[in-house]
Amino acid sequence: MSTETPFSEGTDDIERKRKIGQAFVAVCFASTLVGIVALVALIADVIYESWGWVTWEFLTYPPSQVVENFLPDGRGAGIYPALVGSIFLIALTAVFTIFLGVGAAIYLEEYAAESRLKSFIEANIANLAGVPSIVYGLLGLAIFVRAIQLGTSLIAGALTLTLLILPIVIVSSQEALRAVPDSQRQAAYGVGATQWQVIRDVVLPRALPGIMTGTILSLSRAIGETAPILMVGAATSLFVAPDGLTSPFSAMPMMIFEWAGHPEPEFQHVAAAGIVVLLTILLLMNAVAILIRNRYDPRS
Amino acid sequence: MTANNEPAEMTPNRRGPESVSTSEIDERRSASAAADDGPLGSPRVSSPVIESRDLDVFYGDTQALHGIEMEVPERQVTALIGPSGCGKSTFLRSINRMNDLIDVARVEGDLYFHGKNVYDDDVDPVALRRKIGMVFQKPNPFPKSIYDNVAYGLRVQGKDDGDVDEKVRTALEQAALLDEVEDQLDESGLDLSGGQQQRLCIARAIAPDPEVVLMDEPASALDPVATSKIEDLIDDLAEEYTVVIVTHSMQQAARISDKTAVFLTGGHLVEFDDTEKIFENPESQQVEDYITGKFG
Ligand SMILES: Nc1ncnc2c1ncn2[C@@H]1O[C@H](COP(=O)(O)OP(=O)(O)OP(=O)(O)O)[C@@H](O)[C@H]1O
Ligand SMILES: [Mg+2]
Repeated sequence: MSTETPFSEGTDDIERKRKIGQAFVAVCFASTLVGIVALVALIADVIYESWGWVTWEFLTYPPSQVVENFLPDGRGAGIYPALVGSIFLIALTAVFTIFLGVGAAIYLEEYAAESRLKSFIEANIANLAGVPSIVYGLLGLAIFVRAIQLGTSLIAGALTLTLLILPIVIVSSQEALRAVPDSQRQAAYGVGATQWQVIRDVVLPRALPGIMTGTILSLSRAIGETAPILMVGAATSLFVAPDGLTSPFSAMPMMIFEWAGHPEPEFQHVAAAGIVVLLTILLLMNAVAILIRNRYDPRS
Repeated sequence: MTANNEPAEMTPNRRGPESVSTSEIDERRSASAAADDGPLGSPRVSSPVIESRDLDVFYGDTQALHGIEMEVPERQVTALIGPSGCGKSTFLRSINRMNDLIDVARVEGDLYFHGKNVYDDDVDPVALRRKIGMVFQKPNPFPKSIYDNVAYGLRVQGKDDGDVDEKVRTALEQAALLDEVEDQLDESGLDLSGGQQQRLCIARAIAPDPEVVLMDEPASALDPVATSKIEDLIDDLAEEYTVVIVTHSMQQAARISDKTAVFLTGGHLVEFDDTEKIFENPESQQVEDYITGKFG
């Protein structure tokens, strides 16, 4: 630096700190890159493998043991029963989770008085969120399939998946409710609203985007789960779609698992095609979650 | 609708002031005077809307208010002043039982609204709050339209069968906001300026036509212009409503109030009297020091 400016002093030090900062940014960027590259590579590989195998017939025909049937010019074979099974399964799970999960969260957050019992329950709900999914499968098998004798049915599968995601839905809904500012509640109480009116008019509308986001993200986790429905006894491949709450069912992860285990190498393409369908539905659900969050955010 | 689930009339509280005889009041006063000496000062409050008798409030084990003795006159402005943490907000919240919402808060003693103890078992706090509205320190409009904000109280109270538009406009008019928002009633209440939001909250509080309006430092987050608007407004409100206002500004209390209660540290009501008397010739030395800025 040739001319003396009021800032010359300590410039070297600033320069050195800036270098450290840049190095840090580089490390963070690299970490981000690893995740993104891995994901992109995975998706690219699956799409490459499945190229030409995801056809309308694939979506609308039952599976087949003969790989030629899956080819575009074959007799037609696909994922239809498992696709319908997964959609029914997730729709039922959604209904159960919204009632049970959001109901429990509202009770715990808005009604239950602070007590040891409440803290105990909340701590356990948080712990349950970390229990491996296969354990829920065992629980579902013991309770819904055997004890309540629902058998290997769609409803037993949905109830099992509900158990699996319930803790996460409760915790995330509680957080959404807790994020509603107290000043809003007081405003409503101040004009003589009852607790129910406060919850209905002020708390729920404000917490809804958060609740819906948490719920949909949990549901998209549930749709990809294999272990719990395997334990409940879902069929790996089934030739008819379920037509009632108590009918046997298959689901996409099971179907994909079955195809991936086939000895013929062509079945790897079929499995990849199944993964593409599953991922598409998953991404659609996540997109809906984001849309809801942006659309119904009352602050925007 | 919801109205059917709510007690629309507050029968218990409808008992007029005459239902508590003066001798009863005197008895209560002397009984509490034994426990706590009561504030200095001798305001003439002939038919009080609210009477506090030996009121203690606790948060857990700490006592925030000690034996408050006070009467709030009808259709006048009563100011509560005192240093931070002396329990002004606590006293205000115990009038309309907003303290019920705080888990650790506990109230002992009596608080009468038209002679009915609001802490009696048969008093529904929701019905009480429909008689005693509240405006908070920070403006807290709902993320709804201006119209819906003002109409909210009418709706929850089941008073939305008549002409809601008319009531909303009247409330906005009384809150000196109508002129500014007349043609944007459908826009969000959150888009208003801070001062407008606070006047919106005042409109929301008075729309269902309560008897008493409690205000907790309603102008503390506002600039001088907005503050003076709110002060003018409070002056007007006192023609129809009984106003109890907490303020940190001595000048504000002096300007707008008829009676002033001075709370001092520890949660004691030290002196309660006509505002002029408090500011010109207080009985308590502590109050004089506080008002002249020597202490606080
Ligand atoms: N929710 C609460 N839980 C526990 N203690 C509280 C609570 N609210 C107030 N307090 C305590 O009660 C005392 C009186 O508080 P309060 O808010 O009534 O004072 P204030 O006079 O309104 O003060 P400020 O002028 O700062 O608003 C304080 O010591 C405060 O710490
Ligand atoms: Mg306060």
